Amino acid sequence: MQRGVSLIFVKCAFFLASCITGMKAHIAAVTDPILKITGLDKTYPGRGAAPAVKALDNVDLEIRKGEIFALLGPNGAGKTTLIGAVCGLVRPTGGTIEAFGKDLHRDWRNIRSRIGLVPQEMAVDIFDTVIRSVRYSRGLFGRPADEKRIEEVLRALSLWDKRDAELRMLSGGMKRRVLIAKALAHDPDLLFLDEPTAGVDVELRRDMWRQIDILRELGVTIILTTHYIEEAEEMADRVGVIDNGRILLVDDKAAIMTRLGRTEASFALNEPMLEIPPTIMREGLSLSEEGRVLVFRGGDGAGGGKEAVAEVAQQLARQGIGYSAIDMRESSLEDIFVKLVEDQPEIAA
Amino acid sequence: MTMGFNARSAWAIYKRELARAWRTVFGTIISPVLTTCLYFIVFGAAIGSRMTDIGGVNYGAFIVPGLLLLTLLSESTSNGSFGIYMPRFTGAIYELLSAPVSVAETLVGFVGAAVTKSLIIAVIILATATLFVDYTIAHPFLAFVYIVLVASSFSLFGFILGLWADGFEKLQMVPLLVLTPLTFLGGTFYSIDMLAEPWRTVALFNPIVYLVSGLRWTFFEQSDVTIGVAFVATAGFLALCIGIISWIFRTGWRLRD
Repeated sequence: MQRGVSLIFVKCAFFLASCITGMKAHIAAVTDPILKITGLDKTYPGRGAAPAVKALDNVDLEIRKGEIFALLGPNGAGKTTLIGAVCGLVRPTGGTIEAFGKDLHRDWRNIRSRIGLVPQEMAVDIFDTVIRSVRYSRGLFGRPADEKRIEEVLRALSLWDKRDAELRMLSGGMKRRVLIAKALAHDPDLLFLDEPTAGVDVELRRDMWRQIDILRELGVTIILTTHYIEEAEEMADRVGVIDNGRILLVDDKAAIMTRLGRTEASFALNEPMLEIPPTIMREGLSLSEEGRVLVFRGGDGAGGGKEAVAEVAQQLARQGIGYSAIDMRESSLEDIFVKLVEDQPEIAA
Repeated sequence: MTMGFNARSAWAIYKRELARAWRTVFGTIISPVLTTCLYFIVFGAAIGSRMTDIGGVNYGAFIVPGLLLLTLLSESTSNGSFGIYMPRFTGAIYELLSAPVSVAETLVGFVGAAVTKSLIIAVIILATATLFVDYTIAHPFLAFVYIVLVASSFSLFGFILGLWADGFEKLQMVPLLVLTPLTFLGGTFYSIDMLAEPWRTVALFNPIVYLVSGLRWTFFEQSDVTIGVAFVATAGFLALCIGIISWIFRTGWRLRD
């Protein structure tokens, strides 16, 4: 299996080399906004006794050219609605969307021809063959027939050998690759991946990550939504967190870790304490497990907390307070995400 | 690209729909042809041989335009509705909605394919009819135009049904409960002149009467209503369907959340 993955990687590299000249001459500055969303609202009207649902609430978001942006959020947060609003599947009730410097409402045809979408659901005609399905996608987006290009896309996604297979005969992971191939068939500049690795095994997921990396190299701007925090950690340049239709946070991954990350250290004490002695007391220190564990939570998530932990350890030694073990960890993006969603009013304030 | 017609997109939809028909060739083509053959055997050959001529036309030949229309209406409606309903049902409609495709290109693709299938069926039925009855078409060009007009109108009507239906039951409801009865009562197998009053007057409220009459006139130069009225009624129905579909795409009704 490992060999298979390596082979795929080699194919991807070949794909990259063969395509890079013919594609995206405008891979320019990475800071240009390729997508600008301002004050976007979407309210689904109530049905019967059910009240109206505000799926997007005054969303502002800018996506830079060439970046991979991960949009994180729990189920029902508004991730898919946001993608749908840009891709034409959802009618916003307010706000504006600009892509490639043009207004989506006015220049919808031009803009849509440059956007690709990989949906969350396996929404395909299962009786169609792989190659026919990909050809259809290219034609639908107004691109001229190009069998060489179709072959390149299929080979890059390891689908060439399955080109004449009906989609119903493929595994879930392969079907997802077909969805990606369909989205890439018209060479989009901006690609939306809605939960691209949902339901695929770990190996395929890592394979997908490599595909996404290659697309980034080609200059394709990628916006992905995901439940897997490690996916955002692995792939994204910037991360946005959305919940209840509101964007809670958008920042560079490293900046988020620095701003909201924490160091957590637990000292397993030899003798339980009733209270923390004033000589070692400092912000972030607390007792747990009936005084048997001294816990420090603090720092900035970028290594700053380690110094504080070292100081606590020295203070304990000076005071003759013995401990048998130290368990220390830096908070992950997942911890930050969970805290953000749990403490929404606090963050918003 | 903002203005103009995106022919590649329309062609992609058209080809895909025809490929889908080829995959389901039995249901799409062979089945309606077989059904029509059975009508010819029962009404044309078996019962028709005992019927008197109608307006100087042999009964077997008289029912050819009606039977052709019966199949055209049901197949055009069915093809038009399934073409758009299936992607809605599977969720694959996302691709069409996110593509740079306008209403015009969508209709040319989907409805064009539905009309093509209907025309193929029409040719097969007319060819098959010659095996059972002798008939000639007085105005073949007009007949062709009229068949295209009817097939287009009802493919558009089917397209609306495919957008409206939120389940397979609804998809079948209108063709089975509305179209089929109206077609049978619309002079498919008889002239409405054969009806006594007030049923003859009542029959004139059935829009299918005008369709059957129009097509029958192109075959035998005789019909229950004047050909001009039939053409105007059919073209009006076509325009109404296009208007409704344009509204659906503009508002996103049943398409976009």
